[in-house]
Amino acid sequence: MTNPRTLLTKLWDAHVVASLSAGEDLIAIDRIFLHERTGSIALRSLAASGRHVLDPGRVFAVTDHIVDTLPGRTGSRVPGGDVFLDATREETRKAGIRLFDVQDPDQGIVHVISPELAIVLPGVTLVCPDSHSCSQGALGALAWGIGSTEAEHAMATGTLRMSKPKAMRVTFDGRLAPGVTAKDMALALIATHGAGGGKGHAIEFAGEAVRALDIEGRLTLCNMATEFSAVTGFVAPDEAVFAYLDGRRFAPRGAAWEAALATWRTLATEPGARFDREIAIDASSIEPMVSWGTSPQSSVPISAVVPPARIGDAESHARALDYMALDAGQPLRGIPIDAAFIGSCTNSRLSDLRRAAAILDGRRVAPGVTAIVVPGSSAVRRAAEAEGLDRIFTAAGFEWRMSGCSLCFYAGGDGFAPGSRVISSTNRNFEGRQGPGIRTHIASPEMVAASAIAGAIADPRVIARVEAL
Amino acid sequence: MAGFAPVRHIVGVAAPLLRANVDTDAIIPSREIKGVAKTGLAEGLFADWRYLAAGSRMPDPSFILNDPRFAHAPILLAGANFGCGSSREHAVWALGEYGVRAIVAPSFAPIFRGNCVSNGIIPVVLDAATILAIADAGAPAAIDLPTQTLVSGTITVSFDIDPETKVILTEGLDAIDRTLRQGDAIAAFHAADRIARPWVYLESIS
Ligand code: SF4
Repeated sequence: MTNPRTLLTKLWDAHVVASLSAGEDLIAIDRIFLHERTGSIALRSLAASGRHVLDPGRVFAVTDHIVDTLPGRTGSRVPGGDVFLDATREETRKAGIRLFDVQDPDQGIVHVISPELAIVLPGVTLVCPDSHSCSQGALGALAWGIGSTEAEHAMATGTLRMSKPKAMRVTFDGRLAPGVTAKDMALALIATHGAGGGKGHAIEFAGEAVRALDIEGRLTLCNMATEFSAVTGFVAPDEAVFAYLDGRRFAPRGAAWEAALATWRTLATEPGARFDREIAIDASSIEPMVSWGTSPQSSVPISAVVPPARIGDAESHARALDYMALDAGQPLRGIPIDAAFIGSCTNSRLSDLRRAAAILDGRRVAPGVTAIVVPGSSAVRRAAEAEGLDRIFTAAGFEWRMSGCSLCFYAGGDGFAPGSRVISSTNRNFEGRQGPGIRTHIASPEMVAASAIAGAIADPRVIARVEAL
Repeated sequence: MAGFAPVRHIVGVAAPLLRANVDTDAIIPSREIKGVAKTGLAEGLFADWRYLAAGSRMPDPSFILNDPRFAHAPILLAGANFGCGSSREHAVWALGEYGVRAIVAPSFAPIFRGNCVSNGIIPVVLDAATILAIADAGAPAAIDLPTQTLVSGTITVSFDIDPETKVILTEGLDAIDRTLRQGDAIAAFHAADRIARPWVYLESIS
């Protein structure tokens, strides 16, 4: 009798090339994804060291981080940005790596296009020099973010040296209430257990509410694992994942597909397997969440007020309130906003845009509010346009853009007006993340849409209720 | 080829930056990353805090590294979850170029910690109370990696570090060179895995 194994252990064991000293393993890396901001440096540095990419067919690259997202774009509007694009083009060409460049119909945010193209598959290891690589665990992969030097290592050797993370299971029991989303699940978890709560762990998301999420919802949930300080997050692959992948560009076909399915169907934690840590959350108790401070853990239900400092937290609490220009005790609902942003690898997929558009349909963004929506990929953009979502957004007063990371972070190009208060479907509300002095409130796309209409932070369920009358 | 010069002993001023969750956007804002290189980044280090206005180079006197006693400190005393956020290795390159050789914190974000080791910066984990005591005493600190000790004034503490990290740092080893020596094991893995999981392997484009 062998001990029952967690999915983490199954994925890990299947990739151990060699055991190194001191609990470290040499782990086979099945997929490497690069983007122009960090990948270009890794490729340059690898080439400069005289080494080459071991298996270029399993390395992919995209331009997403600093590409212009205004229609008619050709490159980057970030000062010096074209240098990164050109270096990426040159080095991927020399190395024989597939690049999804600005004009490519498959271009988009790396963590959005990787599932769309079935580059990430159940059971694979995938790394990318980008912290939100954990998103891709939604497909049942072990996917995590690395540094540029580690990316060089992965490209040159097809492996990484790593200690196995500890196993954590986060179980969301029960069902989400209407109007509550995967984003709210992630924020509720981080708000309850702290931004450092997942440190050292790989997290398996489980439970009825997770199973009930579609693939795009699971991508949103896993996306935030890095904001929980986890090494990665994933969901055991199920029939929904297999149906999602079937026929996509890099998915196996024919007999290979059948063989893959047989393997993928074994990718589950065995009953009785032991986790280093377990967290259970009642999904039915989660409300739409919104952040008030400068860490994702500083999030509360929309019905709440800005909380007081906790013990030992007075200094950073005061600093966050000062940056955000808020007071303890102030209700979140009704805080006036200057801008609304829907986009990023967290919440820019077709289902996100549909839910936001359903709220915006027939309504107008409040006067004085800048509202921008950036589809996560060129494919999402096309699909949304085919459904007429773009017309709903533009009729409501949203700017409809080309795909990319765009205003999720500030690189020196595009930005919101200095000092703006922005409600944003992104994943980080750090000081300066969206630009110097920008005050970011992270929330679901539907809360961003509802707030854009109200001109202030608003509960998306109120609009849904009015609708039902 | 060594990745960096071996690091064994670090002695010098320890600058206290005692905030939790200092993220890599704060360590180096994206707009300060101007070229496809690992250098030219020190000036942008902590730019949002270090300078009075975005884009300006007027030092903000209230920021710790602008205090002449702490300028170019080789040791940084930091808060929990240091280096969270973006994976950008520029954060470590900027710190290294500025002169930081060791960071002492209650915990590090995992990608950032790996990036430190890749670049010869020692990530020292100590509990918050000890770090506060070192900061309050204000004495220079000496970190000795082989014996895993930190001495500052009357404080002497030992710290844990995994053996692999210790070897890499004290020898200045290049991880890629070390792994390439496992070439046979890697080739054997791929040969067997191509049969077990053929769908993982894709045609090359060139
Ligand atoms: S959308 Fe934002 S969080 Fe996601 S990869 Fe791009 S910059 Fe990073």
